[in-house]
Amino acid sequence: MAVVFKRTEGLTETPFHYCPGCTHGVIHRLVGEVLEELGVLGDSIGVAPVGCSVLAYDYFNCDMHEAAHGRAPAVATGVKRVYPDSVVFTYQGDGDLASIGTAEIVHAAHRSENITAIFVNNAIYGMTGGQMAPTTLPGQKATTSPYGRDPKTTGMPLKVSEMLATIPGATFVERTSAHNPANIRKSKKAIKKAFEHQLAGKGFSIVEILSTCPTNWGLTPLESLKWLEENMLPYYPLGNFRNSEEVK
Amino acid sequence: MARILMKGNEAIGAAAIKAGCKFFFGYPITPQNELPEFMAREFGKHGGTFLQAESEVAAINMVYGAAGAGARVMTSSSSPGIALKQEGISYIAGAELPCVIVNIVRGGPGLGGIQPAQSDYYQSTRGGGNGDYRLVVYAPANLQEAVDLTMEAFEVADYYRNPVMVLGDGMIGQMMEPIEFKEPKKRELPSKDWATTGTKGKRKPNIINSLRLAPAELEKLNHKIQDKLKKIEENEVMYEMYNMEKPELVFCAYGTTSRIVKNTIELLKSEGINAGLIRPITLWPFPYKAFEEIPETAKAILTVEMSCGQMVDDVKIGISGKLPVGFYGRVGGMIPSPQEIVDKAKEMLGGVK
Repeated sequence: MAVVFKRTEGLTETPFHYCPGCTHGVIHRLVGEVLEELGVLGDSIGVAPVGCSVLAYDYFNCDMHEAAHGRAPAVATGVKRVYPDSVVFTYQGDGDLASIGTAEIVHAAHRSENITAIFVNNAIYGMTGGQMAPTTLPGQKATTSPYGRDPKTTGMPLKVSEMLATIPGATFVERTSAHNPANIRKSKKAIKKAFEHQLAGKGFSIVEILSTCPTNWGLTPLESLKWLEENMLPYYPLGNFRNSEEVK
Repeated sequence: MARILMKGNEAIGAAAIKAGCKFFFGYPITPQNELPEFMAREFGKHGGTFLQAESEVAAINMVYGAAGAGARVMTSSSSPGIALKQEGISYIAGAELPCVIVNIVRGGPGLGGIQPAQSDYYQSTRGGGNGDYRLVVYAPANLQEAVDLTMEAFEVADYYRNPVMVLGDGMIGQMMEPIEFKEPKKRELPSKDWATTGTKGKRKPNIINSLRLAPAELEKLNHKIQDKLKKIEENEVMYEMYNMEKPELVFCAYGTTSRIVKNTIELLKSEGINAGLIRPITLWPFPYKAFEEIPETAKAILTVEMSCGQMVDDVKIGISGKLPVGFYGRVGGMIPSPQEIVDKAKEMLGGVK
């Protein structure tokens, strides 16, 4: 019988710990598939964050380094400088990358560090139990914004891709979403482009992928996909914000 | 080999290059700037990579990444910058990675000042970061020692898979002395088969990590680290016993302060008082056993530091109440003069007679 779908070699056999309906698992698979298809698994070193994907080092089938909260781009810089010909990526959530790790991501982009950042934005802190993130939408309820995020006192959500696209060294910046099959396919394309960008030595690349958190949003998996589409897409427009051709 | 006149900060950089260090990640802070500046200028000529990070926090995490990848790597900073690095140092210790951290100490607390101090003794020997770990801490008293100990630091870090600190005060960093660059002593080092080099499809993935969510696993990691630290305590203690044949008074001092105490001992000798010195060269592991070797002629111990009294705690542990322990310190970048220490010594001896 013909095999129509199988686990990518880019992932280990360890079962994911993610909640039902969370799109981290899908995004892990996309990254694993891309590394396998590019034939670079044996040359890849991934850097895991602190947050829901803290255990990513158990899931990716390549050498992995577990970083402190927000510091993955600095750790990746250290690895990449030792092995400039290897494929180095970070996998970070929005609490990790857009809050505590803003300095590290901005300066990895600023140096045009030849690494790829996979940025999973679900507009909330998942692992610690649903606190407000810099990416939480106005009015969105979180455990530390129990009456809904009030932009007057907590600001408007940070648009990381748009911000990084202003940095000369950020030579590939794209935002995609994981809320339906068509967008999952587009996400994979963007991830592949980002890694190809790194392989071509073109400098810093990042793919921001909008993701769900049914548990902390208080929605079913299906409702979460719909909520993402109706609420996150209008504020976080999808598309490419920068590629190396434009940079020239 | 010929002796070269060099500034302390630059000499430490030259020693690191000689020891085979290949990566340096740092951030500007006085009084250690000549070290990253030297590396920026010289490192590339020896196949090294210098990178100025966006912060001390980033610099130590770059060290964490490079150490995980198996490289000989170092960073340097001064007190407030070392405070910022503590998170990364704890992760490096937890993941059992080797690296060398240079701290050219300035006065604190807070922004403090930029003049020499020894007020980071607790931070260095007790661990400023979270969890049960220790750094091997070398405290050179002159530039030859700074060079020799920096080379040794890389070997010891690789041998035990543990971060090592070279602790110099601002005086060590800024002064010039003649130095001979000897061939570094090589240890038989285990291979770094744990490093993130890429699997090349030939082995299972390597994971650099300090996270153990299962309590029993975390306890196991802690015990493993403690067993290693015990070996370091058994094998790596360094100290100097100076004029310790028949001392009436025993000084305990390290780094720059130990040099001032040696002058003090000469002054006391001219007044007919015989004093000796225990000089810890490793601050951790601390040379507790040196205090068991104190002759019976000794009536008291006087600890001298450029701090409000930090190492004096270890001196009290070492002497276990057998002799009275006094303390004299100057802080904020003030350097104690030999005469001040003479006065304190006489006061102490008067008190115990």
